[in-house]
Amino acid sequence: MTTLDIPELALVALVGVSGSGKSTFARRHFAPSQVLSSDTFRAMVADDENDQSASADAFDALHHVAATRLRRGRLTVVDATNLQPHARAALVRVAREHDVLPVAVVLDVPEALAWERTEGRADRTFGRQVLARMQRDLRRSYKLLAREGFRKVHVLRGVEEIDAAEIRYEKLFNDRRELTGPFDIVGDVHGCRVELEALLVRLGWELRRDERGRPVDATHPSGRTAVFVGDLVDRGPDSPGVLRLVMGMVAAGHAICVPGNHEQKLLRRLRGREVRLTHGLAETMAQLAAEPDAFVAEVAGFIDGLVSHFVLDGGRLVVAHAGLKEAYQGRASGRVRSFALYGETTGETDEYGLPVRYPWAREYRGSAMVVYGHTPAAVPEWVNNTICVDTGCVFGGRLTALRYPEKELVSVPAEREWYAPVRPLAAAPARPDEVLELTDVTGRRHIEHAYGSLTVPAENAAAALEVMSRFAVDPRWLAWLPPTMAPCSTATAGGFLEHPAQAFADYRAAGVDRVVCEEKHMGSRAVVLVCREADGGPFGPGGGVVHTRTGRPFFGAPLDAELLDRVRAAVGAAGLFDELGTDWLLLDCELLPWSAKAGGLIREQYAGVGAAGRAALPAALAALEAAAGRGLPVAGLRDRTARRRDEILAYSDAYRAYVGPTDGLRGVTLAPFAVLAGAGASYADRDHGWHLALADRLCAADPEFFTPTRRQVVDLADPAAEAAATEWWLALTAAGGEGMVVKPYAGPAARSVRGSLLQPGVKCRGREYLRIIYGPGYDEPEQLAALRRRSLGRKRGLALREHGLGLAALDALAAGAPLWRRHELVFAILACESEPVDPRL
Amino acid sequence: MLLTLTTTHRPATDLGHLLVKHPDRAHSFDVPVGTAHVFYPEAGEQRCTAALLLDVDPLRLAGARGRGRGRQQAPTPDSFTLGRYVNDRPYAASSLLSSALSKVYRSALRGESRERPELARTPIPLQVRVPVLRCRGGEDVAVRMFGPLGWAVTAAPIPLDEGHPEWGDSRYVDLTLTGTMRVADALNHLYVLLPVLDDAKHYWVAPDEVDKLLRAGEGWLAAHPERDVITRRYLAHRRALAGLALARLAERRPTDEPAAEPTVDEANGNEATGNEANGDKASVGDGGGQAAARRASLAARRREAVLGALAGAGASRVLDLGCGGGALLAALVGDRRFTEIVGTDVSTHALMLAARRLGLDRLPERQRDRIRLLQSALTYRDDRLRGYDAAVLMEVIEHVDPPRLPALEDAVLGHARPATVVVTTPNVEYNVRYEGLPAGRFRHADHRFEWTRAEFAAWVDRVCTTYGYTAAIGGVGDDDPEVGSPTQLVVLTRKENP
Repeated sequence: MTTLDIPELALVALVGVSGSGKSTFARRHFAPSQVLSSDTFRAMVADDENDQSASADAFDALHHVAATRLRRGRLTVVDATNLQPHARAALVRVAREHDVLPVAVVLDVPEALAWERTEGRADRTFGRQVLARMQRDLRRSYKLLAREGFRKVHVLRGVEEIDAAEIRYEKLFNDRRELTGPFDIVGDVHGCRVELEALLVRLGWELRRDERGRPVDATHPSGRTAVFVGDLVDRGPDSPGVLRLVMGMVAAGHAICVPGNHEQKLLRRLRGREVRLTHGLAETMAQLAAEPDAFVAEVAGFIDGLVSHFVLDGGRLVVAHAGLKEAYQGRASGRVRSFALYGETTGETDEYGLPVRYPWAREYRGSAMVVYGHTPAAVPEWVNNTICVDTGCVFGGRLTALRYPEKELVSVPAEREWYAPVRPLAAAPARPDEVLELTDVTGRRHIEHAYGSLTVPAENAAAALEVMSRFAVDPRWLAWLPPTMAPCSTATAGGFLEHPAQAFADYRAAGVDRVVCEEKHMGSRAVVLVCREADGGPFGPGGGVVHTRTGRPFFGAPLDAELLDRVRAAVGAAGLFDELGTDWLLLDCELLPWSAKAGGLIREQYAGVGAAGRAALPAALAALEAAAGRGLPVAGLRDRTARRRDEILAYSDAYRAYVGPTDGLRGVTLAPFAVLAGAGASYADRDHGWHLALADRLCAADPEFFTPTRRQVVDLADPAAEAAATEWWLALTAAGGEGMVVKPYAGPAARSVRGSLLQPGVKCRGREYLRIIYGPGYDEPEQLAALRRRSLGRKRGLALREHGLGLAALDALAAGAPLWRRHELVFAILACESEPVDPRL
Repeated sequence: MLLTLTTTHRPATDLGHLLVKHPDRAHSFDVPVGTAHVFYPEAGEQRCTAALLLDVDPLRLAGARGRGRGRQQAPTPDSFTLGRYVNDRPYAASSLLSSALSKVYRSALRGESRERPELARTPIPLQVRVPVLRCRGGEDVAVRMFGPLGWAVTAAPIPLDEGHPEWGDSRYVDLTLTGTMRVADALNHLYVLLPVLDDAKHYWVAPDEVDKLLRAGEGWLAAHPERDVITRRYLAHRRALAGLALARLAERRPTDEPAAEPTVDEANGNEATGNEANGDKASVGDGGGQAAARRASLAARRREAVLGALAGAGASRVLDLGCGGGALLAALVGDRRFTEIVGTDVSTHALMLAARRLGLDRLPERQRDRIRLLQSALTYRDDRLRGYDAAVLMEVIEHVDPPRLPALEDAVLGHARPATVVVTTPNVEYNVRYEGLPAGRFRHADHRFEWTRAEFAAWVDRVCTTYGYTAAIGGVGDDDPEVGSPTQLVVLTRKENP
């Protein structure tokens, strides 16, 4: 039996004459979706799998599909004769473009058998001489295959061998997804043995020394694994010592190691190649000269065996010396190795004569965390889920390790500057800009997050792009957008369209036992991200932002800054920055009165309708009174007109309740009701008692500027509590209040008994207020009956989708996720808002 | 909504014969949005009043408004999307009342009366009252519309809210017309002019509206000095239809009368599709003809200057970033030097207008292949925009919030990185030369800033240093010795190939 070793990700080219059994072989060993057959593609483009005139188009399509599959990391088998060098060259090119290994499997059967099979097929009409020519091509191919770039060439001779063959998949060397850590990932050591020992000890490792006191291994009591990002050698005082320790740890299975460009150069020198003794190699060579030959040989063997990068922890972590872009992760090719060792350079050099590196991390969008070294910087910075842990120890900086999965940085200072840097280490590098790309947000997008998944249609994304780019605040500051809120189920009795009984029933049905009823403030939604310092938060220049529910700056620059100062002072005075251990807070608020933001809207729309109605209906009523006085039968119309006049007056009162005198911030107040996030934490899991208690402390700190949120907590098993809350709502709304929002007491992230996300709140709007939403006479029986047929499904679905995205955005913020990911989530909330739903809900 | 018609002709009750509605009965008619009632609050020998009351059913109204206005808009959740459901239509006179009038007073509109044929042809003293009419342009417009037809017009403004006198007047007037007029003429005037004053049609304007307009305007519209405005507004700003109607009107116009310019300003808020305002984003002042001409010429000179700069740089593959309705694109397409033209805008609506303006789907393939329209946002990097010779940002940067400018700079100068970038933006110093532009106000409501020459130069200096460009700053339009040109322009040239 012949075993064919094939890499898990490869492009397999079957090679053989017509009738050699390629399709049968492919069917036996591979899934139908893995096999791309030239016959199938000919049929696909020309409805005839033997139409040779369609071959060029068929192969175009085949190569395109093969390329797409390889880009997506899928094993691909090409079932074609592949007897011509140009045909195979095209396949090798496709494989190389995607950094996968091309493999050839040759099926060689006696020509007589192939002819017999060919003759047996009615659709094969070519003559024997064609088959003979194929056979000659096959003979010629044997010596060409390996030279053409096929990494493996398997040859199966004769029917028996073909039938008995087995395929065995082999993992790539870089595939160590089974290692789950936890890891301590150590930056560029460069011969700084003393600092390495200190760092390991600081990390809790116990060193094991040989009889001469030299460290030769280390173990961690909690079974951690060390990962070295390469550049162990050169420049520093004891490269052999570092190698001895790391080689010992690797041999004992306590560490893994990827090579750096310095190891690579050292190996070439050790192999006797012509290498210039620059960049600290001279020091290493001198130190190695004192070591026994056996040790030096061991070093050469160690370096030779290193794999350019590792994919770890189920694919969630990638370690490479100079980093690795997503398309290269888990792939194997010369250029992948080169990228991992040297990075990508732009071809330019900087003022110190050093190559300018292409900022691949700025464009990185992969889901795997990439940890690397190579480019020293004073302080490691996260950029798009990548981090460089080279902090220039040998240049007098620090030696740093990243603890994974904790994402915690641990470092020790260098004893001294061991080697003068060509370019000074930037003391505090400017935070690298995480730039956003159009493709981060546009087009039809499928978004997965911890609370679910959704597809954003391309047209919604296009609409959101306009709002986001023309009106919204800087994406770095736009951490979250409030989800839309559905009303409670429609009331069925008592002249109400919405009533607390339905809100309570909705949550009771979802298994919630306790809710909080919060007064629905009569203002505009305002999201406040406030930093402790007036300038210098973690989000870029500035001290915070106040934005609307669609992400626009609230009032504009001077007033927003003044408002932020006020909030900052109150948060400080209430001691919340210290208590929550954060330099910033994200607050969900309502800003009052509504007219402060929406004055124009109130005047132009609501007041306009009121003015027209208040002028028209009395005039009509007067005419009808006169007609009725003449004895005309218009009493019914007159009475209805009188009723409509009363309704327009009630409508007018409803909108007038939203108008308050303001001048700048004078007359403006803020009603916070949730504290969404702070440094490293989303507070979505805290209950509303916690949120409201913090809000109350802001009110206490600055009672003039902050408005408290009146509330009732209701135990849904207690009819008396429910009745009391209903009474409270009736009184609130009778006094001109908008209504209330009912929320699960457990907090924004509350889940139902079945484990699914709950509506974070449902609104229950007052009977009078609804006149400005549904029309002045909406509560007339006939209209009410029609309105009660309203459908809430879409609105609820939308509210939940946006809520899930919002929770994910808060988590991403807390976890320090890359900007593109945070923005993708927030952008999707805005895109959801362009979904057509009844605006009255 | 209510409309009353009163006469003091004797016997005044003959009004009932003219309207074919008996004064001593109450009449009701079903109309698409509710019920139209006709009744007489007074019916004496000396004075008789017929009232037409349209009782709108809000449910039917919401249903009727569902069609025809559905142009896809960007989501503006902050704006009043409830307008479809809660609005002034049940109260204010509008095309709904016009429709009801044409149904209820059908034969009177035609000037027919079986009982009083002679009287129907005779002018009689009439008073019309419409207690609530949304009158776009205010009292003045009402006078200009009805005055030339022989009416004495009062249009008393209605306050927006008695409780808030500081809010001033609403858009509504209480309209009274007095004159001696044939009833049919009076009704036809109202039928045409009520929706014209309201300026918002409740139904989709179909081509047969042209015939309706011409029929109702028989005998008076062709000679009316405001016929252009009346026609345009009546046909709800659909240019093709309005052009057709105006052409047909012209055939009937008495030849001895000179063509008149419209005096009502239609430039502001003109919703006609594909208009210049959309393309150029300029709306300085409210001054009417002269300002408009100056504006147009500045826009044209700006385009010329930009084309000149591109030609001077030898660019053939160019980007028009923020192309809007495509005014510059059209000029680029007309110049064969430019072999590849890409227009981008963040607004899909603007791109649609640009495609229409360029006639993209009618162009021959070879021409069509030179042009691409892409939705893109200047605050995001866009790989599709790399590798071009030149990019134009014509009157674009002032529409970006200042804190977002660095993102735009990175996307254009850092990422797309064409060899040449042409930027134009207003010179705020010049604003004092615009009459009718209040001090401190920008030229366009969406401008986030307007720079002085020094501010512009400082910005140019900064981006040149950051991104490795050299600059040549100039201006477009008359170079005022004191305040400079109205438009500032800079040509940025990349220092070296990256």
